[in-house]
Formats: sequence, C-alpha cells, structure tokens
Amino acid sequence: MKSKGKSVAVLVVLAVVAAVLGFTAVFGLGTDKSLSYHNIKLGLDLSGGVAIVYQADKENVTEEEMADAVNIIQRRLDRKGWSEAEAAKQGENRIRVEIPGVEDAEEAISEIGKTAQLMFLTESGEVVLTGAEVEDARKEVGQVSRNSASEPYVALKFSAEGTKAFAEATKNNIGKPIYIAMDEDIISAPIVNSEITSGECMITGSFTGESAEELASLIREGSMPFNLTVMEMNNIGARLGYNAVETSKTAAVVGVALVFLFMLLAYRMSGFAADWALAIYLALEIIAISALNVTLTLPGIAGVILSVGMAVDANVIIFERMKEEMRGGKTMRASVQAGFSRALPAIIDGNITTFIAALVLYFMGTGTIKGFAYTLMIGIVISMFTAIFVTRLLLKCLIGVGINKPYLYGVKKKQGGELK
Amino acid sequence: MSFNIIKNRKKFMALSLILIVVGIAAMIFNASQGKGVFNFDIEFTGGTAVTVDMGSEFNNDDLAAVCSEVTGQSNPQIQKILGTNEASIKLQSIDGETRTALSNAIIEKFGLAEDSILSVQDISATVSGEMQRTALIAVLIACAAMLVYITIRFHDFKTGISSIIALVHDVLIMLAFYAVFRVPVNNAFIAAVLTVVGYSINATIVIFDRIRENKGQGNYTAVEDLVNSSVKQTLKRSVYTSLTTFFAIGAVYVFGVKSVKEFALPIMVGIISGTYSSVFLSGSVWYMLLGNSREVFEENE
Repeated sequence: MKSKGKSVAVLVVLAVVAAVLGFTAVFGLGTDKSLSYHNIKLGLDLSGGVAIVYQADKENVTEEEMADAVNIIQRRLDRKGWSEAEAAKQGENRIRVEIPGVEDAEEAISEIGKTAQLMFLTESGEVVLTGAEVEDARKEVGQVSRNSASEPYVALKFSAEGTKAFAEATKNNIGKPIYIAMDEDIISAPIVNSEITSGECMITGSFTGESAEELASLIREGSMPFNLTVMEMNNIGARLGYNAVETSKTAAVVGVALVFLFMLLAYRMSGFAADWALAIYLALEIIAISALNVTLTLPGIAGVILSVGMAVDANVIIFERMKEEMRGGKTMRASVQAGFSRALPAIIDGNITTFIAALVLYFMGTGTIKGFAYTLMIGIVISMFTAIFVTRLLLKCLIGVGINKPYLYGVKKKQGGELK
Repeated sequence: MSFNIIKNRKKFMALSLILIVVGIAAMIFNASQGKGVFNFDIEFTGGTAVTVDMGSEFNNDDLAAVCSEVTGQSNPQIQKILGTNEASIKLQSIDGETRTALSNAIIEKFGLAEDSILSVQDISATVSGEMQRTALIAVLIACAAMLVYITIRFHDFKTGISSIIALVHDVLIMLAFYAVFRVPVNNAFIAAVLTVVGYSINATIVIFDRIRENKGQGNYTAVEDLVNSSVKQTLKRSVYTSLTTFFAIGAVYVFGVKSVKEFALPIMVGIISGTYSSVFLSGSVWYMLLGNSREVFEENE
C-alpha cells in the first residue's frame, strides 16, 4: 500500500466485506434465510430422526433393480409425508434411508422396507399373476356383495396381459378360491363364481379406509425387486438431537471467543488482523456449508474445528516469523513481507498434506469419515485463502495507516529493532 | 545447551513407551476380565443399544432385570453415563417388535416420560465388521499418500517416515487413553483419530520445514544442533497452536452432550500427544534414522 488513503480505503472495504459476510452467515438472505447457519442441513445425529440401512436380500443385484428399489422407497417416504426424508444407494447392494424428525422408528422401518409383492395364487399354489400386471389400484367404498353394508375395499385394474391371465385363471378355477397374497400374508381368498374377462378385480377383507388406501398405494407404487434386510438402524430422539445442537452452538461461540482473545493477547495488532480474517473465514465456512448443501454431522463439526485450528496455526506461524524478522531489525513492512514468505512453505505443506489425507478419506470412507473429510477440505481451502491473503492485506494496510510500532505487534520493546 | 532434545531423546521416547505399554497392559487386563480390549460400542461389535434418560438416580440391576425380562438375554450391559441420570444399555441384536416392547417396558416400569428414550440403535455384525475394515484401510492409504507427498516435498524419505512415526505414536497414545479410561469406541472414535492424525502431521511438518530451511542456509555443522535449534525456533508456535486448538475443542468438551464429550476428550489427549511428539520425538526419530549418513551429512555441511 503506497499511500495512507489507499490503506484506509482497503481497510474500509475489508470491514464492509466482513460485515456483509457475517450478516449473511448469521441472518441469511431473504425470507428463507438462505446461506446462513439456519439453512445448514443437520445430520440425524444432530437433528434427531431415523436412519436405516437396508441390504438387498439377493445376490448380483443390477444397477436397475437398485434404482427401482430406491425410487419405490422414495415414493413411500413421500406418501408418508416425510418430505425431508431421503433414500440413496450405498455401496453395491444397500440403500440408506434417512428420515429426520420421525418419532416411531419401528413403524417406519417395517413400512418402508416392505417388499409389497402382490400375488394371485391358485389353490395348488401356482402363481397366476403378480402386482406387475396391475395397472391401477385404488381404494373404493361400497357394497362388496349383495345385501352387505358399505365398506372400504381395493379395486384393481389389470394390464392387457394381466386381464388375459386373470380370465384364464378364473375360467380354470370356477368354484375354487383364488388367494390374493401380499408378501407372505394372504389378505383375501375369494371363491371364483365365473370367468372374469373385464380385467377388474376387487380385494375385500376387513379393511378400514386407511388400510385400504395403504394397500392400494403399495400396489400402485410397485413391488421391490428383492427383499430388504435391515443392516443398521439408528434412531436419535428429538430431545437428544436438540440438546446436541444447542450445546454445540454455545461451544462454538465460547471456543471462537477464546481463540479470538488469545490471538489478541498474544499478537496485539497482528492478532487483531488474524481475528478479522478469522471472522471472514468463519462466515465463509458457514456460507459454503449452507450453499454446498453439506449435511453437518458431529464428525463434520470435528472437521470444522480442525480447520479453524489450522487457520489459526497458519497465522501463528506467520506472526512468529514476523517477530523474528522485527527483532532482527527489519522495518515493519519488510518484516511482514519476510514473515509471510518464510512461513509460506510450512503452511502450504502442512495444509496440502492434511488435504491429501482428507481427500483419500473422502473417497475411501463411508458416512462418518466422509462427513469429516468433506468439511475439512472445505475448511482448508477457505482458511488458506483467509489466513494468508486476507491477513497479509490487513497487516499491510494497518501498517500503512500508521500503526507501525513493533510492540503493537507483540515484540517486546527491548527486543524491538530500530523503529523506522 | 539447556534445550537439548537430541541428547535427552531416550528419556522422551521412554516416557512415550511407558504410556503406550500402560495402554497395552490395560487392553490385556480388560480382555482377560472378559470386558473386551476396548469399550466397543455396538457400531464396532454389532447389537442393539438404547440410551434412556432415567430422570433420577437409578439402580443398574433394576434396569438390567427389565431388559432381561423383555429380551430374554441373560447379560444386558448397563452403564450409567457419567454426570447424568442417563443409562446406556447394550444388548445382542433384537428385532423391531422387541425394541418397541423394551422401550415401553422401561417407560412403564420407571414411570418415565415418552421422550425419555433418547436413542435406539441396531447394527448388524456384518456392517460393524465392514466399518472397521474401511476405516482402517482409509487411514492406511491416507498415511501412505502423506508419506509420498512429504518425501517429495522434503527430498527425504526419512522425513516422511519420521512424520508418520510421530503420527502413529499419537494414535497409539490415544488408543492407550481409550483402553485405560474405557472411553466408548464408536463412530466418534474414528472422527477423533482422524482429527488427531490431521493435527499431528501438520504440527510435525512445521518442524521439518524449519529443519529444511536451516539446513539449506548451512548455519549448522552438526545435525544435533540443527534439530535442537529448529525445534526451539518453532517451540512457541507449537505451544500457541496447541493452545488455540485446545480452546476450541475444550469448549466443545465443556458444553457438549455425552456423545460430543466422548469425542472431544480423546482429541484433547491427541493434541497434547501431537504437540509432544512433534516437539520431542519427530526430530529425534529423524536424527536416529539418519544413522551413519549423519556423519556424511555433517561432512557435507
């Protein structure tokens, strides 16, 4: 910075940048508070809810079958009104389902994981047709036989192929029952009176309106290409999740305040510049996590803390170097220059090494490890920028506006070089 | 010279060795008592875990009795979570219906509120086995990748090896801590170890960077002086960085919920260990690895 005026201008700009970023991170933009911490998606360990990992009960599943299964589960989740819930393929033959804010995990598990294989069987156990040949299924209410009261039932409409198969089966089984089974359970066993060629059929039984709707929906959504086994179930109560979030917020505020204070006491003006840069870093980190839609979990928070540590570390390395240079008698400006350039290799090597580790963990690891690695990588990239460039710019400008006594930067007076 | 790390290197290494041996002894002792090498959570062993807020003081045996009655398992593990009235129950894997029955039975028997069941977890043995494997493989590959990078950047394989030894040391100290204090080993354990690995490697690199720089300037004729001075020059940085990171994680420990505490405490131990190993061990290990080539090095300078 050549002139005082220019330094002042840059400082003002950086103050405005910090304020705008800080405001965005805390309050967000617009009514939906986008880009703020309010908008950060919390993992189930923080928000409460149910996570289930299912595994296909079949060898050599194809990509297509897996995609079908994920779609079916997603539709079931949507129908349940769990709009935040997500189903995703995990590894070769697993599906991970996360449902935030659900209280009764057991119900969720059994309903979502149902195979929903609808089958029509003859008395001898021969499969006549399956849910795949059903074109439409809906809940109806009406008389199911002459003289009976009105009750809910499920009306089915077969595809052309299904119509043919059903006609054939009814023709061959007059006077005998046809079993309608869902998964392992026989839900209805009507006796065939005559051949049915209309391609329509009703499933009766002791349905309530709700259970008829449920069955119709399950049939409509299609059946799973395989059975699912629950491999892992994790149900975090809402209270625990709430406590975790609230206490983590307090911890974050106190921890950051302590770090700020420490830097200020240890390095005075440099510490002030570091805190300023750190504030920008924290705001950027929050905005990045929000913007990139990262799901923040406990290990993710660990990644953030480690990157905060590394951001501060970069500044500590730089400032210690600067002090050495000042003691050696260099001018303030030269000390800043030399301090930064000499500290740079250590900072870069340290950060790159950690970044490499994070990258490997991200690609190799599963859930927990991935979350940690992801926030760590984001943190390293941002902190390298703020701890090096922003801090340097701030220091140059602070010196530029005339705050240039070594003792202001933590060098004891007797050690201080010539003031120039 | 008062600050002579190389001269005292054996003492520093002995201290580390003692701590690690204590850890191994604790592991053997615990295993012989049938409690397992570590206090493994079900994430590592498979099974069902339930956390309940009991609201007030409770008797482990009463709770165990309810669990046995509902599940038919003779040996449910009940642990009171320190500083709370919460109970952690560990069982062999039970199915959904039994889980519901167990929750209801506990709520009814102890007259608890509906939301007292804080968490329920069920993990199959297959998954827990895989998790250990992938975590281990990921960490090993990460170490190998770091070793390659450090070797390239410092033109010295021994620097890389020394850094990795310091890192393995820190992980061993953490493991010793987990074994001695029976801190639950779960997902958070993996995250804690990874954090310390990242921290430790960073701390060590700063010292080797200084060694690299001082060596390049040719200010030192003896390797011993080179290492000692480099460590000394970076000492303040090592301490300050540890302190700030310690503040951040310390706040998490003080304010956090149980799962957070279990995760913060080992990290704090790891940070102390990481600082110790980078200051007192990494340079010494490098010095020892140089071995005979040390003299060549000294002649060259």
